[in-house]
Amino acid sequence: MSCERMEGRILAYVDGRLKESERAEMDKHLAGCAACHLRVNEFRAVTGLLDELPVIEPSGAFNARVHALVAAEPQKRSGWLAWFMLSPRVAFAASMLLLLAVWLGSIQRPGPQIDAQDLPVVENADYDVISSFAPLSDLSQAPDTDSNDSDTAQPQPQQM
Amino acid sequence: MIRSDVQLMLDVKAGDQQSFELLLQRYRTPLVNFLYRMVRSRERAEDLAQEVFLRVYRAREDYEPSAKFTTWLFRIATNLALNSVRDHRYEKLEISMDAPIVADAEDGEERMMEVADEHPDIEQHLVDEVRKKMIRHAIEKLPEKQRAAVLLHKYQELDYAEISKILQCSESALKSLLFRAYETLRVELAPLVAQSVKH
Repeated sequence: MSCERMEGRILAYVDGRLKESERAEMDKHLAGCAACHLRVNEFRAVTGLLDELPVIEPSGAFNARVHALVAAEPQKRSGWLAWFMLSPRVAFAASMLLLLAVWLGSIQRPGPQIDAQDLPVVENADYDVISSFAPLSDLSQAPDTDSNDSDTAQPQPQQM
Repeated sequence: MIRSDVQLMLDVKAGDQQSFELLLQRYRTPLVNFLYRMVRSRERAEDLAQEVFLRVYRAREDYEPSAKFTTWLFRIATNLALNSVRDHRYEKLEISMDAPIVADAEDGEERMMEVADEHPDIEQHLVDEVRKKMIRHAIEKLPEKQRAAVLLHKYQELDYAEISKILQCSESALKSLLFRAYETLRVELAPLVAQSVKH
């Protein structure tokens, strides 16, 4: 085992967390390498020094403060309301959907704008296409334009 | 019969407040010590530890025993501690530059002058206090993530897999992190290390 490879295992060796085979390999290396042997001892010394720091105890009011925080928590809700209340994102999304639905419902779609003057004028509201349909035999005769609409009649040439 | 952490948490989930009390008793001291060594303020450490317990309580209904309870607990604590250290970094620098140089008497951990009369061997007491101060400062100087790794490894005695989950890194990255941290401590504490090795 090289010194470099040993570095990766030194802490686990000091901790006693190496597998038996790995530990044996380390022991073999340490027996012949004074530098690595010293380093292992120094790592042991560091962990020993860390043990010298005292353990502090929480203050007397610690538990009471935790109890107060827990007591201030909202009580457990039941059913769908709890789910709704505990999921602010869902609540927000649902509110937005509701608002959107209300907004869409309030919009009345305007039809195409048609001026009254553009509407077709129904001159004869009583006209029935079926009952007033002229038989084909009647088509040979030209309609009497004079009698129907004098305004639209072509002016007759004056006979000399 | 002693109930496991996971069993206690499942009982809390089922609505048993007494189980929460047991978890509080079991972990309040380790948590406060871990956080104190991370943030170097007793008051802030206690506030953060209370926040950890509150978060555990809040999460009780969603708790699933998919990981060790301590992994979950210290992950919450580590995240809070790292955020707190970052938030107070500049405040701490400001204090240290403005503060007068006095004996280290913070947070009630040790007050050398006050206890002088209580110790018949005051010289030895002062030597011990200087050693502790050096050790604390060496830990404090470590980068935050290395510090958290050392504290979880040394004082909580968590295994590598658990610490790597807490710090959200691979196990090999954690080993490298720990090696660098202990190397730094070895150099920082060289005079004390040399004394220990001689003995």
